[in-house]
Amino acid sequence: MSISIDKQDPSGRTDGQRIGHEVGAEAMIQITDMNKWYGSFHVLRDINLTVHKGERIVVCGPSGSGKSTMIRCVNRLEEHQTGTVVVDGIELTEDIKKIDAIRREVGMVFQHFNLFPHLTVLENCVLSPIWVRKEPRRQAEERAMSLLERVKIPEQAKKYPGQLSGGQQQRVAIARALCMNPKLMLFDEPTSALDPEMIKEVLDVMVQLAESGMTMVCVTHEMGFAKTVADRVVFMDSGQVVEQAAPSEFFSNPKSDRTRLFLSQILKH
Amino acid sequence: MSSRDSESQVFTPRPALPPPPRTVGLAGWARQNLFSSIPNTLLTLLSAYLVWVLVPPVIDWAILSANFFGDSNDACTGEGACWVFIGQRLNFFIYGFYPDPERWRVNTVFILLALALVPQFFPMVPAKVRTWLGVFALTLYPVLAAVLLMGGLFGLPFIETSKWGGLMLTLVLSYVGIVVSLPVGTLLALGRRSGMPIIRTICVLFIELWRGVPLISVLFMASVMLPLFLPDGVNFDKLLRALIGISMFWSAYMAEVVRGGLQGIPKGQYEAAAALGLGYWKATLLVTLPQALKLVIPGIVNTFIALFKDTTLVLIIGLFDILGAVQSAIVDPAWGHVAIEGYVFAALCFWVFCFGMSQYSQGLERKLHTGHKR
Repeated sequence: MSISIDKQDPSGRTDGQRIGHEVGAEAMIQITDMNKWYGSFHVLRDINLTVHKGERIVVCGPSGSGKSTMIRCVNRLEEHQTGTVVVDGIELTEDIKKIDAIRREVGMVFQHFNLFPHLTVLENCVLSPIWVRKEPRRQAEERAMSLLERVKIPEQAKKYPGQLSGGQQQRVAIARALCMNPKLMLFDEPTSALDPEMIKEVLDVMVQLAESGMTMVCVTHEMGFAKTVADRVVFMDSGQVVEQAAPSEFFSNPKSDRTRLFLSQILKH
Repeated sequence: MSSRDSESQVFTPRPALPPPPRTVGLAGWARQNLFSSIPNTLLTLLSAYLVWVLVPPVIDWAILSANFFGDSNDACTGEGACWVFIGQRLNFFIYGFYPDPERWRVNTVFILLALALVPQFFPMVPAKVRTWLGVFALTLYPVLAAVLLMGGLFGLPFIETSKWGGLMLTLVLSYVGIVVSLPVGTLLALGRRSGMPIIRTICVLFIELWRGVPLISVLFMASVMLPLFLPDGVNFDKLLRALIGISMFWSAYMAEVVRGGLQGIPKGQYEAAAALGLGYWKATLLVTLPQALKLVIPGIVNTFIALFKDTTLVLIIGLFDILGAVQSAIVDPAWGHVAIEGYVFAALCFWVFCFGMSQYSQGLERKLHTGHKR
């Protein structure tokens, strides 16, 4: 039983303050009837979701609703059992070559940053371009430096992650993912582990990334970010997509009573 | 809200003050560490008394009334230690029965080892040079050392391994044990965590088998039992059998140490490496293994030190390591009662090497420490 309301027409959803951009017609992610179990626990139930090229999706919902698990299925950090997941035209199967091909094109940012503590910031950024993309070191380093400038921490390049603040680490993690020149960026609660004063610096980088036209799927509770940046907000509960709509519609006129309850809880403060 | 109406206050952090004088300096240190409480004070006084009673006689025996020079037991006239004995038998302690004219080969092997390892202690040597010396010590050096010590090639006379002994044998056993056990142990640890059932089972069986038997029985099996199972005429060298036994035994231990490190790496590290497109071997060699090995440096060095000291067990299969050489020398009737001197010398030799390893590992830990958080 699918409760998803998959809106195929993402255009005409901009309101005045929002960032204008192009959304392609091609699907970047196509999830069809995806189910996943942890042992006998049914975590994801009949997920249907399409993300178009250039689209920005915010996934929200209570903890344990399966939002993280869902985006982790997109680059196969988690395995789904039934249904299909197609990323950039490649279907995710057991085939390790296909998984690697998809992971090369999909950047991911984690809640706990997961920078490599034994490598400097710059080494973190160039590791994958050099070893996976076989780029020459000099070229990889030049690009990494320009990306570190974009996330406003080029002066930290020679430091180790342990010497940086949480917000700086998360910006490095974003730069590291961007160094692979991904077609799609996944954000798994990127600001949840940060102090309030650091959340803004990370969100600023994400907004800037959205302005550049990157396809993004963000699991986040930052509703302000959803309002300014998202093309579509996906609300999940109990492993299901309860509702998805443009932010203007989602926040002002939620269809499901579950969504209404959720919004009343988080917008109260 | 109301601060808008009133004058806005400027927040200035207070200046840092020096700590109270009672807590700094020698007096502060002594008060905190030696006399912080009544039991602590009593312990301090007791320790001071013990030092007063025990240390002077030891110094007197080892240095003040000891005999250092001479060439036979007659030179040992004092009340103290007879270091003449050590000096006279030093060659035996170092080379065992290795023939005199060929000892330059052992010396060359020693010097090469020192050249490769000593620079590792000095940060002023360029990192590149140290890396290359390290690579040399692990790859070319063992081959070179084997050729030099064994001979039979390039016109060098062949020296049977039964003639090897003393410090040289101790170093051969422990060097081979260390150089083999770390990589083999690492592979076993990775295999034990592998998702492939066959590889995992083989590694678990190997580790549990070798870890479950005492090293003495491994050595006995290698030297006494193995030849019984081999067909007539097939015979490998006793030293080689001991080397294989020691290497396998310690590889199993090392595997568990390294596995401990791998388990200490947060799951997020594996996920981040996978998400960046790194495959299993690249993720392991570039991301997780370096962190895991760094995490367990104390455990690895602990194993190395235990290995180094346990090489003395080869005594029971008739190989004379440094302790064996000392033990056979102290019963020589030409010398008086020199057992204590001999054992002190052997203990000092072991201590120098073990302390060196310990110091190196601590330096390595400091060097690889890359920030307060993991």
